[in-house]
Amino acid sequence: MSESNIINPENLVYDKTSVMTDRVLHYCPGCGHGTAHRMLAEAIDDLGIQGDTIGVAPVGCSVLAYYYFDVDMQQAAHGRAPAVATGIKRTMPEKYVFTYQGDGDLAAIGTAETIHACNRGENILIVFINNGIYGMTGGQMAPTTLEGMKSSTSPRGRDIQSMGNPLKITELVAQLPGTYYVTRHSVQKPANARKAKRALKKALEYQKENKGTCLVEIVANCPSGWKMTPAQSNQWMEENMFPFYPLGDIKVPSE
Amino acid sequence: MARKGDVVINIEKCKGCEVCLSACPEQVLALSNEVNAKGYHYAVKVNSNCIGCANCAVVCPDAVITVYREKPARKK
Ligand SMILES: Cc1ncc(C[n+]2csc(CCOP(=O)(O)OP(=O)(O)O)c2C)c(N)n1
Ligand code: SF4
Ligand code: SF4
Ligand code: SF4
Repeated sequence: MSESNIINPENLVYDKTSVMTDRVLHYCPGCGHGTAHRMLAEAIDDLGIQGDTIGVAPVGCSVLAYYYFDVDMQQAAHGRAPAVATGIKRTMPEKYVFTYQGDGDLAAIGTAETIHACNRGENILIVFINNGIYGMTGGQMAPTTLEGMKSSTSPRGRDIQSMGNPLKITELVAQLPGTYYVTRHSVQKPANARKAKRALKKALEYQKENKGTCLVEIVANCPSGWKMTPAQSNQWMEENMFPFYPLGDIKVPSE
Repeated sequence: MARKGDVVINIEKCKGCEVCLSACPEQVLALSNEVNAKGYHYAVKVNSNCIGCANCAVVCPDAVITVYREKPARKK
């Protein structure tokens, strides 16, 4: 198709936000991390807080998130992002501080940091990418892996009897008095991605009011770890992840 | 009539994941037969029905797509 005269700067309606750098993402084709990054970056852009935002990257596939967000970034040891973010926020309370963490990072090795930061009510935003697996290291079972879900360490599917129950850590932290806004979203379809962005924006705005910890979970695909095409993985996610991790608000401020 | 739109696809950044294809309400996008420098079949326009809704660009994990939409016609 030839280029039309519609293509001129006056008609521009959507372009990559400048809160994301121009680096090519290292993520696998179709991986939800890229869209999740951009929704967060767009939320930061819309609020005009690029220069006042500090992010903490995890260990996991998104360990290199600091290459992609054009804001100040720190990388934390595995699971420790909420502790690092606590330190940053307490020394610079006027900044907007977020962590970006996978489920292995946040719900396995970092469980203590997650729960205690939320229980202390640190004024940070925790962005939690739940793809039900350890993506980076080769698709091992995570605490979030669904019952019956295959992973490289549960090749016949997760067996509850011997491997325990999948952990809904988002519902768990919503019980804690320190959390202010806890919600679950996804980014595989346009409407979902736009909703996720609105939630991230809201969570960053709440930080201004010093009301406590906000956690936005994004249920995401891991096509490589799940051994599916991106399209299959998104469908599988809708059919299997969403019933167990239902999308929507879990705790909202009672205004 | 819906306003007309158009997209610019940065084919060298595309990873051929097809996530944009199913997001398009007008079936504008398909994958190329050729591959880019990284070896991926990339997204291409196959018709001129684009309405500039930006659905494809919003869900593209790699921010490959830029969207344009003509301004509403001015009332006389
Ligand atoms: C202290 C420590 N233990 C284990 C590892 C190995 N490791 C690297 S990434 C990872 C899991 C990441 O999974 P997740 O947080 O779900 O993120 P994803 O890669 O799926 O985005 C593990 C166990 C490590 N780097 N450091
Ligand atoms: S391994 Fe999974 S989570 Fe990691 S980049 Fe690839 S698809 Fe994404
Ligand atoms: S902007 Fe909308 S109509 Fe145009 S190609 Fe993208 S999804 Fe299709
Ligand atoms: S969603 Fe993006 S990376 Fe995937 S095929 Fe479409 S343009 Fe290419």
